[in-house]
Amino acid sequence: MNNRSEIPITNNRQPTTRYLRLSGLEPLIVTPETNFINVGERTNVAGSKKFLRLVKEEKFEEALAVAREQVENGAQVIDINMDDGLIDGKEAMVKFLNLVISEPDISRVPIMIDSSKWEIIEAGLQVVQGKCVVNSISLKEGEEQFLHHAKLIKRYGAAVIVMAFDEVGQADNYERRIEIAKRSYDVLVNKVNFAPEDIIFDLNIFPVATGMDEHKLNAIDFIEATRWVRKNLPHASVSGGVSNVSFSFRGNNPVREAMHSVFLYHAIKAGMNMGIVNPSMLEVYDDIPKDLLERVEDVILNRRDDATERLLDFADSVVGKTKESKIDLSWREEPLQDRITRALVKGIDQYILEDVEEARLASDKPIEVIEENLMTGMNVVGDLFGSGKMFLPQVVKSARVMKKAVAYLLPFIEEEKLLNPQDNDEKGVGKILMATVKGDVHDIGKNIVSVVLACNNYEIVDLGVMVAPEKIIASAIEHNVDIIGLSGLITPSLDEMVHLAKEMERKDFKIPLLIGGATTSKAHTAVKIDPQYKEAVVHVNDASRAVTVVGDLLQKETAVGYKKSIKDDYDVFRGKFLNRSSSKTYKSIAAARRNKFKIDWNASEIVKPNKLGVQVIEDLDLNLLIPYIDWTPFFRSWELHGKYPAILTDDVVGEQATDLFVDAQEMLNKIISEKKLKAKGIFGLFPANAVNDDDILVHTSLNLDENTGSLSGADAKKNYTFRTLRQQLERREGVADYALSDFIAPKESGKQDYIGCFCVSTGFGTAELAAKYEADLDDYNSIMVKALADRLAEAFAEYLHKEVRMKHWGYAANEDLSNEDLIKESYKGIRPAPGYPACPDHLEKLTIWEILKVKETIGVELTDSLAMWPAASVSGYYFGNPEARYFGLGKIKDDQVKDFADRKDISFELAEKWLAPNIVEAS
Amino acid sequence: MKDIKEILKERILILDGAMGTMLQRYKFTEEDFRGERFKDWEHPLQGNNDLLSLTQPEAIAEVHRKYFEAGADIVETNTFSGTTIAMADYYMEDLVYELNYESARIAKMVADEFTKKEPSKPRFVAGSIGPTNKTASMSPDVNDPGFRAISFDELRIAYKQQVEALLDGGSDILLVETIFDTLNAKAALFAIEEVKEERSIDVPIMVSGTITDASGRTLSGQTAEAFLISISHIPILSVGFNCALGADQLVPHLEVLSVKSEHAVSAHPNAGLPNAFGEYDETPAQMAEQIKEYAEKRLVNIVGGCCGTTPEHITAIAEVVENFAPRQF
Repeated sequence: MNNRSEIPITNNRQPTTRYLRLSGLEPLIVTPETNFINVGERTNVAGSKKFLRLVKEEKFEEALAVAREQVENGAQVIDINMDDGLIDGKEAMVKFLNLVISEPDISRVPIMIDSSKWEIIEAGLQVVQGKCVVNSISLKEGEEQFLHHAKLIKRYGAAVIVMAFDEVGQADNYERRIEIAKRSYDVLVNKVNFAPEDIIFDLNIFPVATGMDEHKLNAIDFIEATRWVRKNLPHASVSGGVSNVSFSFRGNNPVREAMHSVFLYHAIKAGMNMGIVNPSMLEVYDDIPKDLLERVEDVILNRRDDATERLLDFADSVVGKTKESKIDLSWREEPLQDRITRALVKGIDQYILEDVEEARLASDKPIEVIEENLMTGMNVVGDLFGSGKMFLPQVVKSARVMKKAVAYLLPFIEEEKLLNPQDNDEKGVGKILMATVKGDVHDIGKNIVSVVLACNNYEIVDLGVMVAPEKIIASAIEHNVDIIGLSGLITPSLDEMVHLAKEMERKDFKIPLLIGGATTSKAHTAVKIDPQYKEAVVHVNDASRAVTVVGDLLQKETAVGYKKSIKDDYDVFRGKFLNRSSSKTYKSIAAARRNKFKIDWNASEIVKPNKLGVQVIEDLDLNLLIPYIDWTPFFRSWELHGKYPAILTDDVVGEQATDLFVDAQEMLNKIISEKKLKAKGIFGLFPANAVNDDDILVHTSLNLDENTGSLSGADAKKNYTFRTLRQQLERREGVADYALSDFIAPKESGKQDYIGCFCVSTGFGTAELAAKYEADLDDYNSIMVKALADRLAEAFAEYLHKEVRMKHWGYAANEDLSNEDLIKESYKGIRPAPGYPACPDHLEKLTIWEILKVKETIGVELTDSLAMWPAASVSGYYFGNPEARYFGLGKIKDDQVKDFADRKDISFELAEKWLAPNIVEAS
Repeated sequence: MKDIKEILKERILILDGAMGTMLQRYKFTEEDFRGERFKDWEHPLQGNNDLLSLTQPEAIAEVHRKYFEAGADIVETNTFSGTTIAMADYYMEDLVYELNYESARIAKMVADEFTKKEPSKPRFVAGSIGPTNKTASMSPDVNDPGFRAISFDELRIAYKQQVEALLDGGSDILLVETIFDTLNAKAALFAIEEVKEERSIDVPIMVSGTITDASGRTLSGQTAEAFLISISHIPILSVGFNCALGADQLVPHLEVLSVKSEHAVSAHPNAGLPNAFGEYDETPAQMAEQIKEYAEKRLVNIVGGCCGTTPEHITAIAEVVENFAPRQF
C-alpha cells in the first residue's frame, strides 16, 4: 500500500496514487485491479418508465426500492436522473436524494447525479455528503461555461463525466472523440486545476447495425478512442451507456444481451473502466453460442461488409427466448437434505412442508425426519450462530421453520407410537424448565433463550411469567426436567431467585439452575444465589452462551468438570467481589445530608404548571409515538449491539439489523393500522415542597390560590409524601450527595415548587397478539410484538414528557429538540422512574398509584414485586428544575435504611428487603 | 516566521486541549456570562462559552496562555459555536462577526507574546469552526427522513461569515472540526474556498472528523476512508479525528488515515470516555501513554486534546511525543 516514495509530492493536494476515489458511506476506489465499475441505471426517469411513473405519482417509497434493488444486485454507483418535462426535476432530485441518503443500504455506494440542467446538478451536489460523480458537462455551450461548472464541481468535491461534445456538435468518429477529449482534459487540468483522476470521459456509444453505412464504425471507433484516451490522458477514466449500442435490436433481448457482452469485452480490454449497464441485459461472454458470437463480433468490430445483414438474418432465429424470472429458485433443484438445511438457515418456510413430507415418505419412521433431516439443518444453524456468522433474529426465524415442520410431523409420530408402543422411550438431549419469577412480567429475554435452546433440540417447559416458586418446584419434579432457568427484569426478582435457590436446596434438587435477565449479574449470582444451592448455578445473559452452557452442563463427559469449574469460578469471584466492595467507604446519612446538592432558590426560576391536577389520556394515536422511538434498545433486545441508525450499516450485524428493522416496521404498521395495541396514560402536576431534607410533600388537593399558585392551608386536606434516597458513597471533594428531593424547593425557602408523576402503557393487547403468534408457532413475531410494545411504551413516556414540558407544565414551551437529543436526554428537567438508579425503591410506585388512581383509571396494575402489568408500561416522576439531573444512588448504609423505614413507617426488615440490592454489605 | 508546513516535516506539533473544560473551572455565573454589556439581554446566556471572549476576555487569554505554557504549538480560538446557526440559541446571530474577530484577536495576541519570547518555537492560532447544531444530510424527524433542518447554502453563508471574521482577527490556520456530518464540513470548505479566492490568499486548513461510536463511523454513517475521500477535493494541511472517543479507541481510525492520506494527520481525542456523570477521568499520564502509541506507530503529525483535557494533559502529551519523529507524508 505504501508507495509514497515512488511519487514526488509537489503539494499535498496531489494524491500519491492517482486513482479515481469516490465515496458514499463507504469508499469506492477505481484501481487497475478493480474490475469494471458497474453503474446502476434504473433510477433514471429517461431510461425507466417504471421509475418515471413512481416519481410522477410521488411513490417515493417504491422508487427507493428500485434504488435498493440495484445496489443489492451489485451496482457500485447509482445513476439518478430526473430530467422529464412533466416533473420538477430539481425538486424531485433533492427529495429523492434526501431519501436515498437516509437509507444506509443504498447510500453506502457513491451517487452519480445525472442531468442536462446545471441547476439540477448543483441542487443534487448540495445534499450529498459523499464524493459523487456529475453526469455530465461538456464544451457544448463553450469553454467559459464549461470551466465555470467544472470549478464548482471541484469545490463541491465531485468527480465529473465529460461528454465528447463541443460547440460544433457531438463527436461521432474517432478523430473528433480524441480531439474533444484532449481539449477538455487540457483546460480542466490546466485552467481549473481539476484533478485528472476525477475526469471520466463519456465517448458516446452509438448504435451499430442500423443499416446505415456511417454507423458501421460506431462501436469500433468508441473502442479505439477509449484506448487512445487511456494511453494519452493520464489518470482519466472512460465510461458510457452500453445499451445504446444494440438499439436497433430492440425487442430481441438474446441478441441485445450478446451485443452488450461483446461490446464490453472489447471496450474493457481497451480501457473502459466504468459504464451504465443493466446487469439483467448481459450475457456471459463465454456462454454466447458460437454462431451468434461470431456474427455479433463481426458487427461490433466491423469485420465484414455484410455483418449487419448476417446478424439480422440470424437474429430472427433467436427471437422469443426470454430469460426466466429473477428470483433464484435454483436451490429447489438441489438434494432434499440441502433444501431442508437451506430452508432452516435462511428461515424460508414457503416449501418446508413439501420437503418434510418428501423426507417422511423416504424415512422408516416420521421421528427420523426430526432427528436426522431437521437436526442436520439445525446443527448447521447452531454452528453458524456459535461462530458468529448468524445472528439472533435469523435463528428465531429458523426456529419458526423448525416448529412448523415439527408440528406437521407430530400427528404422524403419534400414529407411529400407537403402532409401535415399545420404542416409546426416546428422550431428547435434555428438558429445561423456563420461568419468569413471581411478581415479574418481563419475558422477552426468556422467550429468546427458550427458542434458541429449542432449536438445539432441547425440550422446553415454559411456565410463562409471574410463576410462584411452589409451581416451579412442582413442575420441575413433575416433568423431571434437567435444568431450571429463571428470568427477571426488576430488582425484587433477584430476591425471588435467591428464594428459589434455597427452596431447591431444601428439596434436595440435583439439577443446575440458570439465572438470566436484565438486572441479574454474575456478581449477584455469585454472591447471593450460588451460596444457597450446592449444585451448579450459572449466570447466563445471552442466548448464544445459553446453548454452550446447557451443553456443558448436560453432556455426561463434561458435566462434572464443568459444574466444578463454575462453582470454583463463582467462589473466587465472590471472594474478589466482597473484598472490592469493602474497600469503598460511605458517610453517614447525616453527613450526606449536609453535603446535599444546593440550588440557589432565590435565583432559580420556578415555573408554575399551566394546569395543575390529574389528566388522563384514554387512547392515544400510536402514530404520534413513532418519532419518539429509541431503536437502539430494540436491537439490543435481539442481541444485536450497536447504535441506531449506524447499526443498519454495521459491517458485522448491519444486514441482520436491517432485515430485523424491516420486519419491525411491518409489524409496527400492522399494530397501528389494525389498532392491535392501545396506549393509555395518566399524569398529574401538583404543588410540592421538600421537607426534612429527603422527603417531598405533595399537595394533591386542588383548591389553589390562582394568583400565587400556593395552597391555602385550610384546604390541604389530602397530602402525600414521596420518600427519596440519598447517595452515601464517599467521593471526592466538591461533589454533592444527591437525592431527588434536592431538586424541589424546600419549605424553608418560602417558594412554592411543583412536582409531577405519571404512568403510561402501550401494553394493552400485547399479550393477546403475542399469544396469537405463539399459537401459530411463530415465536419470531411473538417476541417482535413484545419488543415493539416496550419501545412504544418508552416512546409514550418520552412523548408525554415533552408534552408536559412544553404544554401542561410549560416550563420549556419553546423547546426544539430532535429525537436524538431526547435519547441523549438533553431536555430540561428529568423523569426518573422508581426502580431505576436515581430512585431504586419500587415501593414509591404505590404512592404514585394512590395519587393518580392509576389502576382504577387506566388499568395498569402492580404485581407482588411491584412490576407493572401490562409489561409495556412506564411510570415515574417529573422534576422541572433546570438543575435537576439523573444520577445513580449507588449503595446506601443501614443508617439510611433505618431512617427510611421510620419515615415511611414500615419495619426495618421490610425496608431492607426492598432496598437490598442497594445496601452496602456489612463487612 | 517559519512556515507551519516545514515545521510539520520536522516534528510532531502540539495542539491545545479543551477550552470548555478549563472554562468550567471558573464557575462563571449567569451574571459573569452577561458582563456589563449584556446585563439586560432578554435571554439566558449562561453556557454560551463563545460569548466569554467578549465578557471575560482575560479568562480566555489565560486559558490560551496556560496551553502555550504547557507546550502547545497551536491554540484553537474560542469559537466552536461561532456561527449564526449555533448562536441562534442565544439570539446572538448579529454578534457572530465580533465574537469570532475578538476570539481570534485574543488568541493571536497571546500567541505573539510566546513567539516573541521564544522565536525558535513559533506559536499558531487555529480558528475553530465547529459543526453547528444542525445536520445537512440527516433528518431530525424520524418520521420524515427526507426532511432537512438546514440547507447547504445556509451553512455555507454562515460559515463564510465566521471564516472572514476569524481571518480578520488574525487566525493562522482554519480548523474545521468535530465533523459528524460530512456535508456540513463540505459547506465549510466551500465557504473557505470562496473566501480564499475573493481575497487571493492561501490559508492552511485542518479538517477533523468525529467517529461517534464503536461502529467506527461518523454520525452521518461514513467510514474513516469514505470521510477522507469526501473532504480531499481541496488543498488541506491535515486531516484527523477528534472528540467522542478516547485516545485508545481512535487508533484503528487513525491507522486508516495514516495509510490512505497524503495530508498530515491530526488527532485530538477526549480524555477517555465520559463516566456516568459526563465527566472525563483519564489522567494526563494515562492519556499520554495512549498517545505514545500514535507516536510509536508514526500515525500522526499533530496531537492535542478535546473534551476533558487540560494543560496538564497537554504537558504530558508534549513530553511523550517530543522523542518521536513525525509521520512521513
